Amino acid sequence: MLIPCPHCGPRAAEEFEYGGDASAPPTIPTEATPEQAHAALHLRANPRGPHRELWYHAAGCRQWFTARRDTLTHRFLAEAP
Amino acid sequence: MDIFDPVTAFSFLNLARNALTGHRNWARMWRSPPPQPAYDVVLVGGGGHGLATAYYLAKLHGIRRAAVLEKSWLGGGNTGRNTTMVRSNYLLRPNAMFYEHSLKLWEGLSGELNYNVMFSQRGCITLAHTQSDLTGLMRRGNAMRLNGIDAELLDREALARRLPALDLSPTARLPVLGGLEQPRAGTARHDAVAWGYARAADAMGVDIIQNCEVTGIRREGGRVTGVETTLGFIAAPKVGLCVAGSSGLLGAMAGLRLPIETHVLQAMVSEPVKPVLDAVVASGALHFYASQSDKGELVMGGDIDGHNSYAQRGSPVPLDHAVESCLALFPAFSRLRQLRSWGGLMDMTMDGSPIIAKTPVEGLYLNGGWCYGGFKATPAGGWCFAHTIARDEPHALNAPFSLDRFATGALIDERGAGATPWLH
Repeated sequence: MLIPCPHCGPRAAEEFEYGGDASAPPTIPTEATPEQAHAALHLRANPRGPHRELWYHAAGCRQWFTARRDTLTHRFLAEAP
Repeated sequence: MDIFDPVTAFSFLNLARNALTGHRNWARMWRSPPPQPAYDVVLVGGGGHGLATAYYLAKLHGIRRAAVLEKSWLGGGNTGRNTTMVRSNYLLRPNAMFYEHSLKLWEGLSGELNYNVMFSQRGCITLAHTQSDLTGLMRRGNAMRLNGIDAELLDREALARRLPALDLSPTARLPVLGGLEQPRAGTARHDAVAWGYARAADAMGVDIIQNCEVTGIRREGGRVTGVETTLGFIAAPKVGLCVAGSSGLLGAMAGLRLPIETHVLQAMVSEPVKPVLDAVVASGALHFYASQSDKGELVMGGDIDGHNSYAQRGSPVPLDHAVESCLALFPAFSRLRQLRSWGGLMDMTMDGSPIIAKTPVEGLYLNGGWCYGGFKATPAGGWCFAHTIARDEPHALNAPFSLDRFATGALIDERGAGATPWLH
């Protein structure tokens, strides 16, 4: 699988770390209720089809970015506007 | 129909009788009826767990007006894609009690179902490569024994006798200091488990309906009224989901966002060879496991690919890693050719333990989140899920595996039981 890094172009998947569902909040604010914290920590969209997700180019530019990828075909899609 | 009917049961006499007619006259193992408009319970997913649930619902709880809906063929998902290992070598008490119950059900399953599930208790050995590995295994073995589960610590001499192909030489890529064996663990024939449960459930009146995909879950006032399917609407006051990697999709149909990510896990088999590996072998450090099938193939698997996937196929990189791990332990296998590899969809929960529970939607029940470990849990998963559906409350064995444990913090975080998306 080639992953289109926005900074380095298409690179082999082994160079990347996966960050999962981009709709999950990356941080949990201290004023969050227990329900909000639980949702952010544990609950995921997990669709079959297009999925907005986080990737980290660990063995490259070391930048996090979001990408849209089809979880059924593994094809990377253009970011939705 | 009765699975123990002397005329149709699987027995030596009937085997001989059918041999005389070229095995052309065996009875069909289950009916394939069209769906009725309504059932007391509808189970979604015709794998081992759905079929076992149907069997125990009918057998132990008297609920025979039930249907199992399968979108393709029985056992075509993870039931037919796993590496067939059965064990209960867990550290934490909820896991130990649940999987030990499962192992005990396995021990009587062929007789109970009149169907040979080829359960072979050849032992499962976990290897230690460092002193801390070994200390961890000792702790796990002691915990198992305290929970009434068999466990034996093996030193290098015992390992050399037990696993002649294991590299214990001074030049071994990875030193092996010892191992922990569960002698009652082993393997089983995966398809037979689905077929045996299907045949027994069908004999008690459960409708098994293949090629019937659930496309929606109908609800009124927060409770389930039935399922929309490709064969039309089927009414039911209770719906149980046993859909493994598709748990997120079915959950979304009922408006639920679950603590589950679907990942692809691959496995492979080598060409068949003569008996060489007499136990299931696992290495926690390598995250690798192997066994030899009754046909002689070496069955092995390792890591998930590591990104959400519904593809049932994956990258060659995790397979490479599994082969490298295998050769580090068993250099003699280097000339074997791979026969085939495949992928299955793992419903990975956030603590690595399954969910067998009621959901916030009344009448909707979830059996899922099995991560890597669903096959060995098939009997107990069905047993506990049937209890949960029939009584509308969990059994003590599956009460810890609730859906709300993620909100309350009562996680069952068993390291060494398989990976989770975020611990990986």
